Formats: sequence, structure tokens, C-alpha cells
Amino acid sequence: MVRTLTLPVSHADAVSILERPAAAGRPLRHGLSRLGRALATPLVPTDFLDLLDPLASAVDLRGRVVEVRPETADAATLVIKPGRAWRGHVPGQYVRIGVDIDGVRRWRAYSLTSHLGRADGCIAITVKAIPDGIVSNYLVRRATPGLVVQLDQATGDFTLPARPPAHLLFITGGSGITPVMGMLRNAIDAMDDVVLLHSAPTAQDVIFAGELRALGGSGRLRLIERHTDVDGMLGASDLAELVDDIGFREVWACGPTGMLDMLDAAWTASGRTDVLHTERFRPAITAVGDGGTVTFTSSDVTVAADGGTPLLDIGEAAGVLMPSGCRMGICFGCVRPLRDGAVRDLRTGQVTEAIEGDGVLVQTCISAAAGPCSIDV
Amino acid sequence: MTAIQRLPLDPTAHLRAEDIEAIGRELDAIRDAVLATRGEADAAYIRKVIDAQRKVELASRAVLLVSLFPPAWLAGTIGLSISKILENMEIGHNVMHGQWDWMRDPKIHSTTWEWDNASPSSMWKHSHNQIHHAYTNVLGKDNDLGYGIMRVDEDQRWSPFYLGQPLWNFLNACLFEYGIAAYDLEIGKYLKGRKDKAEFRQQVRDVMAKIKKQATRDYVLHPLLSGPSALSTLGANATANLVRNWWTHSVIMCGHFPTGIATFTKTSIEGETRGEWYLRQMLGAGNISGGKLLHLMTGNLSFQIEHHLYPDLPSNRYAEVAPKVREVFERYGLPYVTGSLPRQVGSAWKKVLRLSLPNDFARKAVGAVVKPLASTATRAEPERAAA
Repeated sequence: MVRTLTLPVSHADAVSILERPAAAGRPLRHGLSRLGRALATPLVPTDFLDLLDPLASAVDLRGRVVEVRPETADAATLVIKPGRAWRGHVPGQYVRIGVDIDGVRRWRAYSLTSHLGRADGCIAITVKAIPDGIVSNYLVRRATPGLVVQLDQATGDFTLPARPPAHLLFITGGSGITPVMGMLRNAIDAMDDVVLLHSAPTAQDVIFAGELRALGGSGRLRLIERHTDVDGMLGASDLAELVDDIGFREVWACGPTGMLDMLDAAWTASGRTDVLHTERFRPAITAVGDGGTVTFTSSDVTVAADGGTPLLDIGEAAGVLMPSGCRMGICFGCVRPLRDGAVRDLRTGQVTEAIEGDGVLVQTCISAAAGPCSIDV
Repeated sequence: MTAIQRLPLDPTAHLRAEDIEAIGRELDAIRDAVLATRGEADAAYIRKVIDAQRKVELASRAVLLVSLFPPAWLAGTIGLSISKILENMEIGHNVMHGQWDWMRDPKIHSTTWEWDNASPSSMWKHSHNQIHHAYTNVLGKDNDLGYGIMRVDEDQRWSPFYLGQPLWNFLNACLFEYGIAAYDLEIGKYLKGRKDKAEFRQQVRDVMAKIKKQATRDYVLHPLLSGPSALSTLGANATANLVRNWWTHSVIMCGHFPTGIATFTKTSIEGETRGEWYLRQMLGAGNISGGKLLHLMTGNLSFQIEHHLYPDLPSNRYAEVAPKVREVFERYGLPYVTGSLPRQVGSAWKKVLRLSLPNDFARKAVGAVVKPLASTATRAEPERAAA
């Protein structure tokens, strides 16, 4: 599933090469690396190594898709061989993946669903194609083995403690099952009493249906499937009825915004938010229309902007030290990263979007707010 | 060329204001058609060029390790020259224009790219993208008109310094990468006290640091790695840099100096509309005709007109828009300047030679000699011939 983060991502991957344990050969390696850089300038040696093997880089993390396995009519699991720089993950975490679609690199986050410690070192994500979803549809329907993708290190705090609580309840909806599947596959042996309440439109839409039903059948977990086309959406009043000992359980929930809002309200009402852990879907696409609030993140300035004034002018009017150039969309002297929200290219009407964790570079002199947005200036 | 506004026959005199805006809309439509189809094939193109350039560089430098062997020297020098030309022109120049920024690949992006050239990319982007492309061929604004060391327009005032400009141009061609760096430093502006001292000093440090890196690579480390071939590798690297300098200098001269390309007065761009801006770019640049290989090796600056109209469109698309652009020129009765590489280089050099002397010097000189001679012959009054 796709989600935004509740906490800022730490982009620690770039320092991985600095963290290697000290070794006797360190001065030698340091010297060689300096020599390599001096020989390759203005490039770096890895630029040449990338020509041979894009997965070998210790700096830029990439992965190669080795298998695309359909799960349902609109969901698939992608097994990915991560590059040398991959540092592993904790079940329940997600990974940001960058895919070049029609020549444009697009990043999305997907939960990791794989078993830890696979012999081949591969990881897996499970993607559900959402209507009009550029990346999800590409990954489910067009990606083939051999595809090289960009990766970020795994992150996210939707994980189980080292020793899972005695009484567990997972509440999931749609592709919200994916982080939970990652947990179940790796930690079910450590779980004594676990209930999974999963909602999907129909029985056919249940991702990992066979595996989950087998676990249910063998008594390893209590599986409650809710098929919302027939049973209706899960409501607060259904909870106690479906899970009679719900008050004794620590809950991990992942699914659509409506479901999570309902759960938040229910557990807040009972004063037990400490036992509810949630992972949210990506918010709805920013409304495209009449401008919005612009935040210049590094300058810590927030101003209202209309939909027709370039962000460059908005920033300058607010006293932000904006880089600028030709002010007509040619020189790219004003390009800054869009951190989240949406901006419109005033020339084409085209809307560029970013979600937290992104840094989509946009020209501020010809881009106007198309909803709330944050620019790194 | 004299500034278009002062010409007896202004090539735009027949255009009404609404024609100029119509031209702007038509050129916008051509641009939009490219943007609508920009995608995977374009991305694959630039990645292929970058990939090929790096492989050629790697292979050439490897071959040069045994450059004592003459065929290795020759092959390596040719390969390295090609690699450097591709890196500067089809890749560096165009990436730094932001032509590939739409790919959102931080490794192929105008804000992150550094090129194999003495001028640091940040400085070059300022003087090239922000000054030259915004003020194309505006006298007194666009320093590319003669780079501040030459007079390439009748409307630039002559001084005795320009007598040496054929030599300056030759030296600039040999040392072009350093010429660009010196130009980007705006030394002239600094000497006139119109540039911030601290900024200038910092930029000098940046340039020197970059030159040191480049020189260490080409003139120290790679030669040393070649062992017994050290000297011949050094020679090969110097030759490749020289070839690259001459080639890029020649191609760039063709962009704005050949006959038929217009210049503009400072006041003419005040309150310039989109259409008027387009018109200035149309008349202020000239193309080089040739085949695919020429276009690749010139970084598609052989489509200088199209590049000036659409500096941020991917270079691989200029060939496809050129006929449409030319059709607009023809329909509106505007001169589309183009010619073969030897012809345009010749035309540019001719102008450098001609304008090293004051305007109409040849005619006046001939007049000054012929007229008195004629009067001498007919009237036999030698004392007046001396006057």
C-alpha cells in the first residue's frame, strides 16, 4: 500500500560508507578512493562502476526486479534484489521506490511483505493498482523482471516490539494488509493469541487470501474476513461484536483513511490510544484549483498564495531569499525542491505533486500554488 | 551586422504587432507539441549518450595507458577528443540548460551537473543561461557578442585593441575552456569596479580549484598511471583538450557571428512581449547544416535557432522542430540563417578579421588611395593627392 509518514524520514543512507568498521586497510582504502575521485573528476568512480552494475554502488541504492507475481486481479508482489547498500528492514516497515515512467522518475512508498533473511537476499513489496495511480498501475501491469528501480532504506515505526504482546489484534483494509503480512510471515511463531480482522470488497479481492486462510484454518490466527460489498463498511459498533475480547488486545491497524479515523475516535473515546498503532494511507490528491498556503521550509515562512502568481514572486514578497534567474522559465536558476503539495506550471497548466519525503525540483518562476504546498528555500 | 533598428532595411519592418504575437503563438504551439510527446524515448536517448560517452572515455583512457605504441596514441586521442566534445556539448551544455530536468533524475539535472570544463557549472549557468539567453544579441547586454575581447558588430565602437582580434580569437580557440572560465568570471566588469570584490575572489578560488582538478587528472595522474607512456599520454590528453577547444569554439562562433544574423539595441528590449522575444531569438541566431553526426557532435547547437527559441527542450528534438520553425520563418518572410560548417566558420572568421579595423576601413582606405590617384592621373596635381 501507499502511505505517507507520520514522522519525518531520516535519509541516513548516504552516510553508509562512513559507517564501515575501522579496518587495518583503512588508510590504503582512503588513499585509493581519493585517487579514484581525482582520476574520475568531475564524475566520481561509481559513475563508471554504474555502467557495469547499477546494484554495486555503495552510495546509490538501487534494486532489480527479479519476479512479478500476481496476487489478485489488481495486485502483485514484486520480488526485488536490493543493491549492495541495502541495510535490511524490520517487518511492518516500508521502502520508498523510484521508478522511471515515461521518462519521469516517480517515488512511492510500499510496505515490505517478504520473509527476512531470504537466501537470495531479495525483498518483496506488494502493490495494489489504484484507479489512475501512475506508479501502482505501472508496477502491477507493466513491470517485468530485469527492471532496475531506485530504492531508499526501509523506514517506518509501524512495527511490533521485539517480544509481541500476548493478545494481538490486526485491523486491516484492502492493501492495508501488506505491512501486517510482513509481520505475520516473520513473527507468527512468536505470537500466542492473534486476531486478524480484514476488510476487502469481495472474497476475490483479498490479497494473500490463500496464505491467510491457511493460517486461519491451522489455528495459528483467528481470521475474520469482512467483505464490504455485502457486509458493509466496518463501523465502530461492529468491533466488539466481531472481537469480543477487544479491550484486552493491543491493536495494529492499517487501511483507508475512513477506517483509521473511526478506530482513532473509538480508542480515543475509551482513553486507550496507547494500545492503538496505525499506519495511514496516502492522503487524497491535493485539490487543484485556486492556490493555497505556501510554506518555504528552510526560511520558516508561510503565506497564502493565489493560483496565478509564481511562487518566486510570492516568496520574494514575503521576504524569502529566493534564488532567481531569468524569471521566464528558461534558465532554471530558480529551481527548488517541492517537498509536498501541488504546484501548477503557469505555462502549461500541468500540475506537479509531491508527498512528504519527496524533493521534486520545480521552477519557482513559472510555478504557482495548486493547493497547499511546501518549497525548500 | 548593425543593430536591426538602425539598418536601412529592417527585416522585420513588414510585420505588424499582431503578426509578431501570432508568430509567438505559433512557436508556442510547436513547443507544446514536443512537450506533449516528451517521454521515455527522450530519456532513453540522453541515458544512451551519457552511457556511450563514459564508455568511450573509459576505453580511450585505458588505451592511452600504452600510448607509446603509436596506433594506441592515435586511437586513444581520437576517442578522448570525441568523449570530451560529447561531454561538453550534447551532455553538459544541454543538461545545464535544464533540458532533462523533467526526468527528475538528480544525476542528470541542471542543479547538480558538473562538467569537464574549467568553468564551474554554477558560474557558467549564470553567464550563459541568465545573461546570454535572456539578452541574446542585445548590444551592451549580451557579452557573447565578442566575449568582451572582440568586436563582432559594426555598432560596437572600434578601438586599437581590436586590431589584435584575429590573434585573440585564435588564442581563445586554443584555450577555449579557460577563455570561458575567464569570461564567466566577468574580469572586465571587475576591473571597472562593477563587480563585488568578495564574490569575485571566491569565484577565482572556485575556478582555480576546478582547473587544478582538471589539470591534475589530465596532466599528472593519467600520465603517471601510463608509466613509460607518461609523456605520450600527457601529449594525448593535451591534444584531446585542444581538439575539444577548437571544435567547441568553432561551433559556438557559428551561432551568432556569421553574416545575416541580427543584433539589437538596448532600448529595443524594454517592455518586450513574448512575441518580440521570440522574434529576437529567431533573427539573433544561425544554424549549421549537416547530418546526424554533425548535430550530435555540436550538441545540436547546429540548431542554434531552435535552441534559442526553446533552450529547455531536449536537444534530440530540435531536428524534428526545425522544419516547422523554418516554415514559420518563410511564411512571415524572415531570414533563416544557415550554412555548412566550413561556410559558417569562414563567415564568422571573416567578420572577426573585417571588424578588427574600423567600420568601412577597406572602402575608405581604397577611396583614400584611389580617388587621389585618379585625380593625380587626370589633373596632375600631386600636392593635393597628399591631402
